[in-house]
Amino acid sequence: MGKSRQPELVDRREIMRRLLYGAAGTALIDRVAWAQGLAQPTPSVAAAATGTAAAFPVKAKAVIQIWMWGGPSHLDTFDPKPEAGYDYCGPLNKPIETNVKGIRIGELLPLLAQQADKYSLLRGMTHGNNGHETASYLVQTGRPPGERLVYPCAGAVVSQARGYDHGYKGLIPPYIVLTRPQGRFSESGFLGPRYKPFATGGDPAASRFVVEGVISESISDARQQKRRELLHSLDSLGQAMPGEARFDALDACEDKAYDLILGDAGKLFDLSQEAPAMRDKYGRNRFGQSCLMARRLVEAGVPYITVNYDGWDTHKTHFNIMQRKLPEMDKAMSALLVDLSERGLLESTLVWWGGEFGRTPKVQWEAPWNGGRSHFGAAFSALVAGGGFKGGQVLGATNKEGTEVAERPIYPQDLLASIYQQLGLDPDGPLPNSRGLDLKLTLPSKGPGRLRELI
Amino acid sequence: MRRLRWAWAVAGLVLTGRLAVAQQPTAAPVEPFEQATWAVAASPIDQAVTLKHRQRGVVGALPCSDVVFCRRVYLDVIGTLPEPAEVTAFLADQRPGKRAHLIDALLARDEYADYWALKWCDVLRVKAEFPVNLWPNAVQAYHRWLRDSMAANKPYDQFVRELLTSSGSNFRVPPVNFYRAVQGKDAAAIAEVVALTWMGTRLAAWPADERAQLLPWFSRVVYKATGEWKEEIVCVDPKATTPLVASLPGTAAKISVPPEGDPRAVFADWLIQPDNPWFARNLCNRVWSWMLGRGVVHEVDDLRPDNPPANPELLETLEQILVQSKWDLQALLRAILNSRAYQQSSIPRAKGPTAEALCAWYPVRRLDAEVLADALVWLTGSGETYSSSIPEPFTYLPEDQRTIQLADGSITSPFLEMFGRPPRDTGYESERNNQPSDEQRLYLLNSSDVQRRLERSPRLIRLQLECKGNYQTLIRGLYLTMLSREPTAAELKTAETYAKSGLRMNEATNDLAWSLLNTKEFLYRH
Repeated sequence: MGKSRQPELVDRREIMRRLLYGAAGTALIDRVAWAQGLAQPTPSVAAAATGTAAAFPVKAKAVIQIWMWGGPSHLDTFDPKPEAGYDYCGPLNKPIETNVKGIRIGELLPLLAQQADKYSLLRGMTHGNNGHETASYLVQTGRPPGERLVYPCAGAVVSQARGYDHGYKGLIPPYIVLTRPQGRFSESGFLGPRYKPFATGGDPAASRFVVEGVISESISDARQQKRRELLHSLDSLGQAMPGEARFDALDACEDKAYDLILGDAGKLFDLSQEAPAMRDKYGRNRFGQSCLMARRLVEAGVPYITVNYDGWDTHKTHFNIMQRKLPEMDKAMSALLVDLSERGLLESTLVWWGGEFGRTPKVQWEAPWNGGRSHFGAAFSALVAGGGFKGGQVLGATNKEGTEVAERPIYPQDLLASIYQQLGLDPDGPLPNSRGLDLKLTLPSKGPGRLRELI
Repeated sequence: MRRLRWAWAVAGLVLTGRLAVAQQPTAAPVEPFEQATWAVAASPIDQAVTLKHRQRGVVGALPCSDVVFCRRVYLDVIGTLPEPAEVTAFLADQRPGKRAHLIDALLARDEYADYWALKWCDVLRVKAEFPVNLWPNAVQAYHRWLRDSMAANKPYDQFVRELLTSSGSNFRVPPVNFYRAVQGKDAAAIAEVVALTWMGTRLAAWPADERAQLLPWFSRVVYKATGEWKEEIVCVDPKATTPLVASLPGTAAKISVPPEGDPRAVFADWLIQPDNPWFARNLCNRVWSWMLGRGVVHEVDDLRPDNPPANPELLETLEQILVQSKWDLQALLRAILNSRAYQQSSIPRAKGPTAEALCAWYPVRRLDAEVLADALVWLTGSGETYSSSIPEPFTYLPEDQRTIQLADGSITSPFLEMFGRPPRDTGYESERNNQPSDEQRLYLLNSSDVQRRLERSPRLIRLQLECKGNYQTLIRGLYLTMLSREPTAAELKTAETYAKSGLRMNEATNDLAWSLLNTKEFLYRH
């Protein structure tokens, strides 16, 4: 059913696009420039159109962003500091060797330790902000707060550059969040809701992953059809106003919605189609099954997927939470890296792990924290894998206690610019927008810049 | 030369006037949305509107029916659907001025203050967290002050003067938060917000020298922390030692403000004069667009000499009403709501961008995210679940808190995000997005959430119980509840045929309610 609807669907989408462009003619011009400058497969054309010498081959076709909502401790994950003593490490003072000589990571990540050749660690991350929402903005947009514009985060940028405006034809929206929206800031910023993510809702670890709106729990296809006919026959106002553009836009959305409801999208979200052993490898929990779902979405051609992994804002009883959560993370992430690699997808899929900041290296043993860690934006870690990035590397270092960056600082815009570059987008090129503003995709670095060491 | 041009203009007017008459549709009113005769007399607003229509050969829409008016005015004035009993009472009202009576009654309701405070909170960026970072205590204080000002119908000039000239703690003197809800604490950032908010203009588009004239008036605003967490004092720099010499926008005369004086007050007093070219115009344009879907100047917050109003006489008429009423916001609203222009049908009788710009019909608009959220809660009895990214201080929202009463833009829900609630980042009116999206459509057509809420709706269950097996009664009840009207004979027949097609009554009710919920009539102001 889904297949036969495809050509019609494209036409409707085209109609929608024209409707939207009709409202903002300038946007069309910008987007044409964008398409020519950034989405052209031929580097020479790209260079000519943007007027820059730089042109980047497309190494990553998709990004899986594992967003560590709340800010994970860098000391307990990828930047262990056993020499700093109990005041800093607490009970987690025995980091483990990895399969790459010279790289040690936290003791609760034994499975990821066996995959260190597949990823690189960024231990020099820094931005200095300790507020959740502002830091989330900083890390995901690469822009300082207070510029009077709210910039789009990486997912929205990719949704614009690699989504429906530029040849993406998937039924599934190009920017997916598993499962809950971040809600930390307006993700698409001034680009507007067109580039907002689709948040699935539901729980992929449940017996049935109920993707909000796509998978219905109890209504048969026949009843769906019948109800839809009823709706149309009772739509008196719509019938009284044929040709009303605003109603046509709603009808176009309805057609697309039914393509999703009655088409093949349900199969994509049906995790029971995976072998039980594969589901077990990822871990039968929300995060594990979200990672598995992310891999399925990559296979379906979705260019940007955020797995929103919450629970890392560990002000109190931090170490108990680490004992519980890190093994879950270890299992799912290592399974994801192995799975992508075995399917030959890791080369073209960029995995980015990180949160808005790290956590205070010095443990707060006193009440009311009783062994907690607070927000820490001065120094933290991130991880990148695949998508053209080298594995088995460590970039940047913190000092003995993990309290400041000692070598090779990496600012959020450096990481984002590197991700854009791997996607074939020129980080110094324009950020197209319907407001007619002359903006660059990323800001110049405040430090050594992009992750050239890994590219 | 001048006379000649005048003669041409008259000729053109007569000609287009004839044309307009010739084009007058003979078509009958469309049931149940239109009626043949106006319920109100033509007002000065209508004279301005129809004069322009005649000049440009535009045909206006027919009068809207009582049922359409009733639902429309509830949604526009109080952001709330009418109870079925309120609809029946209005329809049964035999007084000739019943529409005016309804308008007066709505303007006096609590929800009026809630809904209009919401509008101002959007414009003023009332939000605890990023990017304006007011913080929850100040948000609550500020919102309460705005709501009280709306409830009291505080004169608009006084309202703005208090926002511009207050000094003190952001917790204790709520209007100082106007200066805190600015990204940046420098005069340039403040001036940009002042211009956008109270003059409806974008300072970035001004010539540099004119822009510079606005800055000095805010150059002495200072912010001072206190011992209380997140408390801040906003005042005029007490350490200033020199007089401030500057000129007001569009004037050359230099004004000297002594060191102990408040330059903001000098600016505010210039701003709120009846002959100020921006002040009344901006408010009238905003209120017109809030009621009629489009500013006389479009975009609504982009007043500038090279973006003229589509109908200058209309804007002048509105300004006169506002100034003559001594800045009475409700008087302005009353004049608009009692006009024929507002009481037009949403079914266009003319086409094209000119007709649209000249308000030749009442344009359909999807319900605001907050209003739709409340409508669903009202219909289904199950509440919206909010969350906030700010852990402390904890904000308690009672179970029956309505969405239009939410003070804080940082407190949100996936529903509100999906339906385009403004992020309150910039104060631009375009931040609110009432465009439909695939995701919204999926949610309303097929989500387990909507399905479950309809199945468990106490209102819908009561309708089933009360109809005692009579399907026509059930269908009438559904229509009155959901669409604020009786079904037409054709609709009644369609719905009854469906309900009796082998479904159980609760399934039939559910499917009918689902259908009505997804009609354009339910989802759009019309």
